[in-house]
Amino acid sequence: MTTLDTTEPSGMIMTKTADNTGTLAKAATAARAGEHETKISAAGVSVFYGEKQALFDVTIDIPARQVMAFIGPSGCGKSTFLRCINRMNDTIDICSVKGRIEIDGADIYDPKIDPVLLRARVGMVFQKPNPFPKSIYDNIAYGPRIHGVAKAGSAMDEIVETSLQRAGLWNEVKDRLHEPGTGLSGGQQQRLCIARAIAVNPDVILMDEPCSALDPIATAKVEELIDELRTRYTIVIVTHSMQQAARVSQKAAFFHLGNLIEVDETDRMFTNPTDQRTQDYITGRFG
Amino acid sequence: MSDTTAQSGKPKERAWYEPDAKLSRRHAADRRLRIYGVAAIVFALSMLATLVGTIAITAAPAVTQTMVTLEVEVPEGAVDPSDPRGGSYQKILNSAVARIFPEVDAPREQRELRQLFSNGGQYALRDKVVSEPSLIGQTFEISFPLSDIGDQLHKGVIDRDLPREQRRVSDEQIAWYDRLVAQDRISAPLNFGLIFNADSRFPELAGLWGALVGSFYALLICFLVSFPVGISAAVYLEEFAPKNRLTDLIEVNINNLAAVPSIVFGLLGLAVFLNFFGMPRSAPIVGGLVLSLMTLPTIIIATRAALKAVPPSIREAAIGVGASKMQTVGHHVLPLAMPGILTGTIIGLAQALGETAPLLLIGMNAFITAAPDSMFNPSTALPTQIYIWADSPERGFTSRTSAAIIVLLGFLVCMNAIAIYMRKRFERRW
Repeated sequence: MTTLDTTEPSGMIMTKTADNTGTLAKAATAARAGEHETKISAAGVSVFYGEKQALFDVTIDIPARQVMAFIGPSGCGKSTFLRCINRMNDTIDICSVKGRIEIDGADIYDPKIDPVLLRARVGMVFQKPNPFPKSIYDNIAYGPRIHGVAKAGSAMDEIVETSLQRAGLWNEVKDRLHEPGTGLSGGQQQRLCIARAIAVNPDVILMDEPCSALDPIATAKVEELIDELRTRYTIVIVTHSMQQAARVSQKAAFFHLGNLIEVDETDRMFTNPTDQRTQDYITGRFG
Repeated sequence: MSDTTAQSGKPKERAWYEPDAKLSRRHAADRRLRIYGVAAIVFALSMLATLVGTIAITAAPAVTQTMVTLEVEVPEGAVDPSDPRGGSYQKILNSAVARIFPEVDAPREQRELRQLFSNGGQYALRDKVVSEPSLIGQTFEISFPLSDIGDQLHKGVIDRDLPREQRRVSDEQIAWYDRLVAQDRISAPLNFGLIFNADSRFPELAGLWGALVGSFYALLICFLVSFPVGISAAVYLEEFAPKNRLTDLIEVNINNLAAVPSIVFGLLGLAVFLNFFGMPRSAPIVGGLVLSLMTLPTIIIATRAALKAVPPSIREAAIGVGASKMQTVGHHVLPLAMPGILTGTIIGLAQALGETAPLLLIGMNAFITAAPDSMFNPSTALPTQIYIWADSPERGFTSRTSAAIIVLLGFLVCMNAIAIYMRKRFERRW
């Protein structure tokens, strides 16, 4: 929680919320027998697209091996913030990020940090399933191959199998590993993308509305998978579906107009939100 | 229902399904538009058919070549077996002709008689003897082309019923020709010489081989230069270059370059490659370099379009698993863009194949009677060969020009077909 202190004098609501988060997180940590130390810690993060500021001074701690859901109306900056965590925004020329994001205490925007290595530790799953137009096997093996984790052969086979098993896809595709990944159904494709992200052995998995292109059954499977994955990985998920946030996440953060309004245990936020805007959004009055 | 309107006299009492005048006007407009479209297509197709049809009809006589078969005796003394190339073969042929037409003895008549046979006969005989020296001292049959007038006479292009002053052959020549026909010495096999001979002053000997080889070398150079340079430039501009005023300027210039008249590239080639760098005149390497200047913008524009068409989700996926920019482009974006790139390249090359003006300026319209041994030797190219032949006065070149156009069109159609095939074959859906 030390990083939070540095931003104490910034926004008023922010500071208050952050304080709440801190105490709540501590409470949660205590409740779960010290299991959930802070994994990602953001302080005073602002994002600009050219002149336009998309994110205002966000300060948040994301606990390890839990699912954190970012909720909020469209254009509230939750995806923008998510993409800061693996420096995906670097690929947009006009985008600039201010503030500090630490993973395990290391500042990821430090010039010494290579975004390529960062993205191996922080995997990402996108809104639309986007498997490479290659075989299922190659989809999984691509990441380990470029990072030199394993050479082709039995070591690679093992990584592919483990990743697919963890993504709950192994039994469905084990007989057709060399068929194109684009030939799978939407839900399978999305789980393939999750397996691909797992294959490079990340600590954190970022999910940007992973179920918005899927039907309810595929969504249920992915949600189930997210729940299983949280024993190994820290998961941050952006979602438009309040029900989904309630089902999969332990903690939730509400964004509105580029501001982080409230961070809390998901159960508590949905039953007893602190901020009026959160309440309005959750009860469906806007957004 | 319909009569209610009439009897009650109330206007607009009409069931919803009954069309009004406005609706039928709308449908009429639809039909008109469709008719205009069909008419335009029919017009375009008939123009194309006329063009191709005219060329094909003009080219038809060039499909065959009239040949004459003579018994030739090569006496022992006429050819030195140790140097068979040095023999006086024209004399040997003349005596063979004289045996058929013994009554022709006046020198003027003899000259007229010889005009019926191709000048290439002596070389056909020489090549046969050189390859088979045992023929020296023997009598054997040899076929060689009739001359242009003989050829045209055989094909009926020269009308023998015209008065003498209006035709190019004399009455005697017609009579001699008829005698050759009566002796069954005239045949008209397929004209392979049109493809496999090099250029010649004599239409019956002229062929496209030199032009084909020249065009092949020029296109090879053009491909080797413009393909890698074009792709690299496009990849850099599309994927790596910062978006600023300089890159904008470069982009505008590339797009304008594609619209520069080709003769300007020819002038550039003349000034830079020939005059400044002192490269060989008329050589396919210079032609290829000039053509690659022309093809570059086409390839760059096609490649950029193909790169743009690769969905951003694929780039995100690659970057998301930690691929570097170079790996993202090299492993994913470029392979996915390749069909589009290849299609653009082939279309650019097809355009280069048919380009004439820049080649004229660097001297690839020279009269060269042998195919080039390398890309540094003087040569012609297909379009410039057509230009040369179209300019030649002999009757035989008329049909050969059209035949050469058909050959060129054939290559273009093939290249475009390959482009379409590749586009279909490698088309991907996301």
